[in-house]
Amino acid sequence: MTATLHQAGDLRSVLHGLPGVDKVGVEARAAALGTRSVKTTAKAAAIDLAIRMVDLTTLEGSDTPGKVRALSAKALRPDPADPSCPPVAAICVYPAMVPVAAEVLAGSGVHLASVATAFPSGQAPLAVKLADTRDAVAGGADEIDMVISRGAFLAGRYDHVFDEIVAVKQACGDAHLKVILETGELGTYDNVRRASWLAMLAGADFIKTSTGKVPVAATLPVTLVMLEAVRDFRARTGRQVGVKPAGGIRTTKDAIKYLVLINETVGDDWLSPDWFRFGASSLLNDLLMQRTKLTTGHYAGPDYFTLD
Amino acid sequence: MPETRVSVRKTYKLYIGGSFPRSESGRTYLVDGDNVALASRKDLRDAVVAARKAQPGWAGATAYNRGQVLYRVAEMLEARRAEFGTLGVDAAELDAVIDRWIWYAGWSDKIGQVYGAANPVAGPYFNLSAPEPTGVVGVVAPASFLGLTSVLAPAMVTGNTVVVLAGAPQVAVTLAEVLATSDVPGGVVNLLTGRAAETAPWLAAHDDVNALDLTGVSDPQLAAELERAAAGNLKRVLRPPADGNDFRRDPGLQPMTALLEIKTVWHPKGF
Repeated sequence: MTATLHQAGDLRSVLHGLPGVDKVGVEARAAALGTRSVKTTAKAAAIDLAIRMVDLTTLEGSDTPGKVRALSAKALRPDPADPSCPPVAAICVYPAMVPVAAEVLAGSGVHLASVATAFPSGQAPLAVKLADTRDAVAGGADEIDMVISRGAFLAGRYDHVFDEIVAVKQACGDAHLKVILETGELGTYDNVRRASWLAMLAGADFIKTSTGKVPVAATLPVTLVMLEAVRDFRARTGRQVGVKPAGGIRTTKDAIKYLVLINETVGDDWLSPDWFRFGASSLLNDLLMQRTKLTTGHYAGPDYFTLD
Repeated sequence: MPETRVSVRKTYKLYIGGSFPRSESGRTYLVDGDNVALASRKDLRDAVVAARKAQPGWAGATAYNRGQVLYRVAEMLEARRAEFGTLGVDAAELDAVIDRWIWYAGWSDKIGQVYGAANPVAGPYFNLSAPEPTGVVGVVAPASFLGLTSVLAPAMVTGNTVVVLAGAPQVAVTLAEVLATSDVPGGVVNLLTGRAAETAPWLAAHDDVNALDLTGVSDPQLAAELERAAAGNLKRVLRPPADGNDFRRDPGLQPMTALLEIKTVWHPKGF
């Protein structure tokens, strides 16, 4: 389908042929699902699942090898006091830090994701983006988080964005490709739906909401629209694509709302770290504090967990 | 205009992070005919989060500023005399309460000089000990207004933030309304009404609370249990006074110094 679509040159008509999103409806639905109460054993299971879904992220100009090493160690053993606490899904760093993290994570089963393609703006020539991607893969990254050119997308140059994703996917080789839509800059839910389909048609393994570098990051309604897109895409093409909300998810309560959203929208098939991730940094400590509260029976404090 | 108005009935709510929410549990209970929010352990959890968030800002405010804020509390209390009167606080007690706020306001920029020290040491160093706030203080408050003031003001003036389990709800919530209009930053004081026996064990065992004042606990068995729970993260514990609670006495410095930690700094003199 992918190839024929593109060759036919009717990408635009496919994307604009998608049904419009009912803004009020999607926000009301996300808000309603956010009120579900998850308690006791279900909560414990949800917390462990959420921990296993975390892409533990550090994307700062001030990242040092020491910080990345410490964070990688935390990814393997998030709660050193409790061996039953599962490891996170992946570490997410800048390409320059990939070799450092690779050393710690080698053979552990924790994935190593790297942002690439002139993160976070995506405003660089294609050759630079491809070199960025190849370097990250060569350094040991097995997941690449690329950004789309929002400027081109908003200007309606869908072919340009499509070709870029295809080229980056090729440069990835065996590495998984997550495509960051930067939904906070897309403006409308219709655009989010179109960008999701565009990325999936171009070969994305995951679609991701945000870079975390603009004021509006992941929200429940945006994630709902994206979950509907991956569900409809699988129904049409048979290929399953993962979803990763990133940025602004800081509490266990938030994380559980997302899990409810998955369960009610796309079902069990996506309730796994292979198909759903949280791009987050401070979320992990809150999950650990809630987990500790469930095991010890009293409230935990941030003094007893690492500062990242 | 109709001759009779519909009466405005008041619900006494909690005071958390500078706002007045109802209990997340939706529960209320009746106290002397008034509806009062019945706090749950989750309200307590939210109160501790608010107190922790406010702590660095309040501890970092200048002592002079904290003193001004406490003085402002006294000013606002003065303006609300009639309201406290209708809640059963007599004029003499209210005088004592207002005087006590002013007394503690005065201590804000003096406790450091009195309780800190420049220590003589054998070497070319300045050796300075300075008191610092303990952090987040949990308080089980006594029922009387003077009692509430006597446990709350010393914790505040020393730069701590406070989670109070109130004894007499209407008076305590009215005090919270005074605090909210006295430039006390949101979260510095968080006040919960309800059954202390229900929420206090969660406060005592909470790992993000640094000290526990049990002055208002009358049941010795409960006090002992709370003290045991507080040992989990080595909280400072202030036991209920053995000789009863006569808050009219001069409180002395102990209520303030009990909630201060001493930091000692060695600094080379350079000669």
